[in-house]
This record gives sequence, C-alpha cells and structure tokens, in this order.
Amino acid sequence: MATSPRKRAQRNRLIQYAVLAIVVLAFAVTADWAKLGETFFNLEIAAGMFPDVLVVALKNTVIYTACAFAFGLVLGLVLALMRLSPVAPYRWIATGIIEFFRGVPALVVFIAFQYGLPVAFPGRQIPGGTLGVVTIALGLVGAAYMAETIRAGIQAVPKGQAEAARSLGMSSSRAMISVVIPQAFRIVLPPLTNELILLTKDSSLVYVLGLSLATYELTSFGRQGLNTENNLTPLVVVALCYLLITVPLSILVRQMERRAERAR
Amino acid sequence: MSTPAIRMEDVHKYFGDNKVLTGIDLEVAEGKVVCVIGPSGSGKSTLLRCVNLLEQPTSGRIFVEGDEITDPDADVDGLRSRIGMVFQQFNLFPHLDVMGNLTLAQRKVKGRSTEEARTIARKNLEKVGLAERETSYPAHLSGGQQQRIAIARALSMDPDMMLFDEPTSALDPELVGDVLAVMKDLATEGMTMMVVTHEMGFAREVGDDLVFMDGGVVVERGDPRQVLGDPQHERTQSFLSKVL
Ligand SMILES: Nc1ncnc2c1ncn2[C@@H]1O[C@H](COP(=O)(O)OP(=O)(O)O)[C@@H](O)[C@H]1O
Ligand SMILES: [Mg+2]
Repeated sequence: MATSPRKRAQRNRLIQYAVLAIVVLAFAVTADWAKLGETFFNLEIAAGMFPDVLVVALKNTVIYTACAFAFGLVLGLVLALMRLSPVAPYRWIATGIIEFFRGVPALVVFIAFQYGLPVAFPGRQIPGGTLGVVTIALGLVGAAYMAETIRAGIQAVPKGQAEAARSLGMSSSRAMISVVIPQAFRIVLPPLTNELILLTKDSSLVYVLGLSLATYELTSFGRQGLNTENNLTPLVVVALCYLLITVPLSILVRQMERRAERAR
Repeated sequence: MSTPAIRMEDVHKYFGDNKVLTGIDLEVAEGKVVCVIGPSGSGKSTLLRCVNLLEQPTSGRIFVEGDEITDPDADVDGLRSRIGMVFQQFNLFPHLDVMGNLTLAQRKVKGRSTEEARTIARKNLEKVGLAERETSYPAHLSGGQQQRIAIARALSMDPDMMLFDEPTSALDPELVGDVLAVMKDLATEGMTMMVVTHEMGFAREVGDDLVFMDGGVVVERGDPRQVLGDPQHERTQSFLSKVL
C-alpha cells in the first residue's frame, strides 16, 4: 500500500539482477577454470580439426539437411494437398503417414531404414548411398511436420482468391498452383524455416547408418575427435559450427515474422 | 428473339435447411443491364454466384448463351471464361502486380502469349483509367483503384457478360463514383451486365431492368424508373422506403 507501483517495479528488477549476479558468481567461484579451459577450449586440438571440420563435416551436414529439406518440402506439399483432397482415401493415407512420422522418433525412422529395408526388399538399395537414405528418412520426418504447416497455410488463404481464379476460367488445380499455393508459402515461410533448423540438428542421427570418413557430418566428426583426443574441445568446435548455420536462420525467421507483423 | 445471355429456370439453392433461393426464373437479354436489389441476406450474392457455378444450385437449370452450365457434362471452366465477375472485396491476387493480375488467366486459360496478354491488359487498364499502375501491387492501391483493376482483369478475358456483386459496397464514399463511371462506360458499349447493388441512382440511370429480391424469390421486376418510382408490391415498397 505504501509503495507506489513504480517503486515496486524498480525493486523487483533489482532483485532479478541480484539473483543473476549471485548465480554467475557462485558458478565462477566453484568452477575449476583451468581444467575447464583445458578440456573444452584447447586451441591446439581445435586448430587440428581444421579444415576438415568445415570442408567435410559442415559441408556434409549442409548437404544432408538441404536434400532432406527439399525432399520433405515436396512430399509435405503433396501430403498437404492429399489432406485437403475431396477423395477420402487420399485424406486417410496422408493422415496416416503424417501421424506416423510425427509420432515416431526420427532415430527410430533411421534405424528402420538402415536395418528394416534390406530385410523387406532383399538385394535392393536406396540409390545414392548414405545421402539417399538420409534424404528419404529425414525427409519423411520433415515432411510430416511441414505437411500440417503447409495445409494450415493453404487454408489461411482467403476463399475469395480461389473463387476469383475460378471465375476467370482457371481449373481448380491451376488456381491452386498459380494463386493459392504461392500465397500459402508466403504465410508459412517462417515455420518452414524453423523446420529447417530442426532438420539441421536431426541430421546428426545419420550416425546410425555407420559412416566413413568422407560421410562424417558435424556430430559424428566431433565424436570421433572426442575419442581420439580424449578431450571435449571437438564438441565445442562442432557446436559452434551448428550455430553458424542455425543462428542466421533464426534471425531470418524473426525478420520475416516482423515483416509479416508490419504488413498486417 | 435471340438467345438470352443468361437464363435461369426454377433455380433452388439450399444451404442445409436454409432455403436461400426458392424457384428463380430469370432472363438477361444480350446487351442489357439488369440490376438486382434487395435486403441483406435475401440471396442476391447466391443468385449471382449460381450463374457462373461458384455455387452449385440444388435444383433448376441455368443457361449461358444457350449452353447449360448446370449440365453435369458442361465445360464449366470454358463457360466461366465468358463470364466476367467482380466481387465486393475485389479479390485481386496480392502476390502479383497489376500486370500479373491481368495476364495470368489470359496466359493460363486462353493460352495467349505474354506479349499478346500484356497488350490486351494495357488496353483494359487504359479503359479503367489506371494505365500508369501496371507495376503496382494491390496492397499499394486504394479500394477504388483495386476494384477498377479487378474490372480490367475480368475484361481482359474478353467476356460476353459481366457479373457485379456489390462492387462499390466496400469503398469509401468518395471512391464510389470512379467505379460506377467505369461500369457505366461498359454498359454504354453494350456489355451484358448483371449488377447487385445498393446504388439506386446507378440502377435508375444505367439499368434496363430492375429486379427486387426478398426471401429467395424475385418479388418484382420491371423498368427501374417504374419499380423505384411506383413499386407494386408491399415488400418492395417497405424496402425502398428504408433505403431511399
Ligand atoms: N456458403 C454458404 N454456406 C452457408 N450459408 C450461406 C452460404 N452463402 C450464403 N449463405 C446464406 O445464404 C443467405 C443469403 O446470402 P447471400 O446470397 O449472401 O445474400 P445477399 O447477398 O442478398 O446479402 C444468407 O442467409 C447466408 O447466410
Ligand atoms: Mg451479398
């Protein structure tokens, strides 16, 4: 009663700063900095990882993710259109695929592709080796998420758009391709980019396929470094490489969202 | 007598239990302007949307220049490209600039070359007085400009007739005149038009025929001056007393 709201807000802020300071201080005093620096930030070990961490590991992560995302985007669009189809069996099939791959851990999907497919189709292989398997397995997982996002985007386009297109004589598929889908993608660009970030991290699951030196991506490259060096520095380097990809994407998403906010 | 541009025979349209149109018989002769008035919810939009089959009638038949559009085997897309439609909310394509809006259907439906489509688009932009807005995006245009672009977009398909669903109802009052002027020019050129409107001045001046709808039926139809000046039915009288 005695203190004004402004004074109270000021005091609350002060308490928050104090808590933060205490936590940081406690951490700084109790941690063994010398040991920490040696195990996590060994410059010599870090330097030894270059250039392979970039030209092999980072490159492979980008390639795996990009291929899986591209495949997932196309499949996601197809699944979204199937979900919206007037033909009931299409809707059922799409719903089944989406629910399955959204509900099952990506790791399980990878293991199933690695060990299940050779059993199901003996003598046959997914073309493209490791890249082929990653593209399809990770792409399926991404497609399940993206399908629902794209469907929501398509439904968010005002009905009058398709009606205007149809009134000009366009067929329903032409109206979908030329009028509705371009607008839907504009709406779902931020969530799709978020999905790209998730896929970047999930591409690390490729390790279950059993990799060779040439197919190492960031995480498996880091683990290998971990084993040979007996030091955690490789993990830190690898983590920074992931951030090199994901932070710009996050910034991009935020910018797109802000622009969409302003356009409204 | 020549074939009417539009003929509706005993058209019914139900949305579930809601009987929106109950037995519409209506003809629009070639080159005529028929204005449709009536209270909100009386089924005016539904009537118009049945003509180009944006709504599928529950029963009844609709003929466009003698071709039955309600025939299950009809080439609906082909018939639609002969019927221009202008919506209350404009419905321009926001992801395309003005030129893109005017050329898309020309290229994809009529198979015109980009150059040909652009030439036709420019002619129609000039007609609606917006030749200089080719590269603008809809979001950067006023409501009145957007509606005139929408008219130009429909005209670029060389339609034989035009449907207008309250084309000026979403506009600020000072922008209504420009759009009505374009529509009047069209009427003067002999375009067949079916216009749902609340602009009684336009109906009186430009319309050849006035249709008053209420409760899903055509209550009264006749010469606009006569219907507006001396309505025969009680429902017409009470509606006009509220809006005039
Ligand atoms: N797509 C639709 N689904 C269900 N009801 C509809 C639909 N379109 C119109 N209606 C109903 O039909 C009636 C007439 O609507 P409408 O034709 O838009 O009237 P008007 O244009 O004369 O105001 C209204 O009761 C409206 O709720
Ligand atoms: Mg209406």
